[in-house]
Amino acid sequence: MSILGWFAKRDRIVSRKKAGGQSRLDIPSDLWVKCFSCDATLYLKELEHNHKVCNECQYHFRLSPEERLAYFFDSESFVEHYDDIKPTDFLNFTDTHSYESRIVASQKKTQRADAAVVGTAKIEGLSVNVGLMDFAFMGGSMGCVVGEKIALITEMAIENKHPLVVFTSSGGARMQEGIMSLMQMAKTSGALAKLSEACIPYICVLCDPTTGGTSASFGMLGDVTLAEPGALISFAGPRVIEQTIRQKLPPGFQRAEFLLENGMVDRVVHRKEMRSTVAGLVRVLGGGQ
Amino acid sequence: MSEHRPKPMAFEAPIADLEEKIESLKALSEQGEMNLTDEIANIESRAHELKKDIYSNLSPADIIQIARHPDRPNSLFLANTIFDQFLELHGDRLYKDDPSIVSGVATMGKQRLVFIGHQKGSNTKENLYRNFGMPHPEGYRKALRMMRLADKFSLPIVSFIDTPGAYPGLEAEQRGQAEAIATNLKYMVTVSVPIVSFVIGEGGSGGALGIGVANRLYMLQHAVYSVISPEGCASILFKDASKAPFAAENLKITAKDIVELGIADGILDEPLGGAHYDPEAMAQTIKSTIERDLNTLGKQSPESLKTERYTKFRQFGAFE
Ligand SMILES: [Zn+2]
Repeated sequence: MSILGWFAKRDRIVSRKKAGGQSRLDIPSDLWVKCFSCDATLYLKELEHNHKVCNECQYHFRLSPEERLAYFFDSESFVEHYDDIKPTDFLNFTDTHSYESRIVASQKKTQRADAAVVGTAKIEGLSVNVGLMDFAFMGGSMGCVVGEKIALITEMAIENKHPLVVFTSSGGARMQEGIMSLMQMAKTSGALAKLSEACIPYICVLCDPTTGGTSASFGMLGDVTLAEPGALISFAGPRVIEQTIRQKLPPGFQRAEFLLENGMVDRVVHRKEMRSTVAGLVRVLGGGQ
Repeated sequence: MSEHRPKPMAFEAPIADLEEKIESLKALSEQGEMNLTDEIANIESRAHELKKDIYSNLSPADIIQIARHPDRPNSLFLANTIFDQFLELHGDRLYKDDPSIVSGVATMGKQRLVFIGHQKGSNTKENLYRNFGMPHPEGYRKALRMMRLADKFSLPIVSFIDTPGAYPGLEAEQRGQAEAIATNLKYMVTVSVPIVSFVIGEGGSGGALGIGVANRLYMLQHAVYSVISPEGCASILFKDASKAPFAAENLKITAKDIVELGIADGILDEPLGGAHYDPEAMAQTIKSTIERDLNTLGKQSPESLKTERYTKFRQFGAFE
C-alpha cells in the first residue's frame, strides 16, 4: 500500500499527490532521486520507506503534511478541521507579482487553501490535535489563515482536552499580509497561553526550516520542543545575519543540533523515532485518552 | 519654533529655503533703516502654509525618515519628562543588562507604574552603546522580569516601542532570540494589569511586538509599525533594496494605516514637522493619554483586562 493511502480523506490526497508530490521533493518523475545533501542516488520507493531520510547521510527531506500524517500518525485516524478558511489579498499587496496571483499559484501547486493543515488524529492509539505546515505554500509563511487555524486547533484542544502536536515548517510571517501577519504571532501565542492555563500539553516539532515569526511565536512555546535533524531553526535567517555582522556563519549554525547544544530544544529526533517519541511524551504528560 | 533646529530632511528642503530667506531678511532689517516687517510676515505665513502642506502630504518613505530621525525624542527622554520619578532597573538575572531596552518603576502624580521601552541613541556613540535600539534576548528577558514585577504588585505597564527590530546577530541567535520574544508574547496575554503601549518611532516586527501586546496601543503621528522593514521587504521580494519606498507603500505601515487596520486605538498628533521639533510638547501629549487610559483601565477587574486583551488579539485576521 502506498504510504499516502493511509489517510482518511483519500480522494483528495490522491489528487494532491499528482499535483504537489513532484515539486515538493524536486524528484524527477522516474524512480530515482539524488540526495540534496550527499548526492547519493536513492531509489524513490526505498526513500519513501525510510520516511524520506537518505540512508547514506541521514539527510531529512522536507515533508508535506500528508507525508507527516502517514509517517507519524495512526492510519486513517486524521480528520481535518477548518479546511474552508481561505486567504485574501486584503492589502492589495503587489511586489513582482500580486499577492492574489501568488495565492492562486500556491493553491494550484499544493491543492490546499493555505500553508497550514489542522485536525484531530491518533498516535499509537492516543488522541491528539495536530497542526502541520506546508513549506511548499509560500514558504510555509504565517498569514491570517495559518494564525487562525493554529489558534482554532489550540482552542479545540482546550475543549476536547487532547494534547496539541504541531509540526512547523515556515519562513516566518507572510509579508504580503503586512502588520496583520505580525499580529498572528500574538494571537497564536495567546491561544497557547490559554492552553497552558488549562494544563494541556503542547509538543512542538521544529522541522526544516522554522524561522522568523513562526519560531518567535508558537514554534518556541512547546512544553516540550523537538527538532528534526539538520533543521534550520532561527529568528533571523542566516543571510540577514551574514549581512548584518559581515562575516560568514560557522557550519552547523542555527541547525537543530546547535539549538540542542545551546539549550533551546529538548531533543533532536530522527524520523524513525518520531512517532514513538511524540507518543511517549503524550503518555507521560497526560491527556490523549 | 524653538531655537533648536533639526537638520532638514530631503522633503523639507523647500521649507529650509524659505526659512533661510526669512533669516537673511531679519538680519537685513536689524542692520539697516529698511522696514521689512511686512515682507517678513508675508514670507513667514507662506512658510507656515508650505509646512502644513508638506507635512500633511508625506509619503510613507518620508514618514519613515521622521520616525528614524536621530533627534526624535527617545524612551529615556520621554520617561524622564513624563514621570515625576523614574527609577531605572537593570538586568535579566540570566546573562546581562541589555541597553537596547530600558525599564524600571515610575510615578506620575498618584499613579505608580512599570515602564519598559526600546532605547535608541541620539548620536553614533550612544547608538553603538544602545545597539541602535535592537535588543538581544536578554533585553526581552529583562522586559519579562519587569512585567512579572508589575503583575505581582498590581502595577500597570506602560511601554514605548522604538526599534528597527530584534538584533539579527550570532549571539542573539545562540541565546534564543525567538524563544525570548515568543515567551513575552505568551506572557503578556496572561498579565492581570493594564498594558498601554505607544509606538514612538519605529515599530520593527517581532522585536516591537515583544513588548507590545497591550490593552491599548497608540501610534505617534509619524511613527511606523511593520512586519518587516521596507528595505528588508524590498531586498527579499524585489531582490532590490532601492524598491524600499514602493514596499513601504504596500506594507501599510503608517499611523493612519495601522489605525485603519484596527491594530492601534488612536493616533497622537505630533508638533508640526514631527516630535523632534518640540519634544516637550510631545511628552505632554503622551502623558495625558497615559493618565486618561490608566484611569479608565484601572477601573476594570484583572480578569476583564486579561479577557479584553486576549479577545483583541484573537480577532486580528482577514480571511474568507
Ligand atoms: Zn544523503
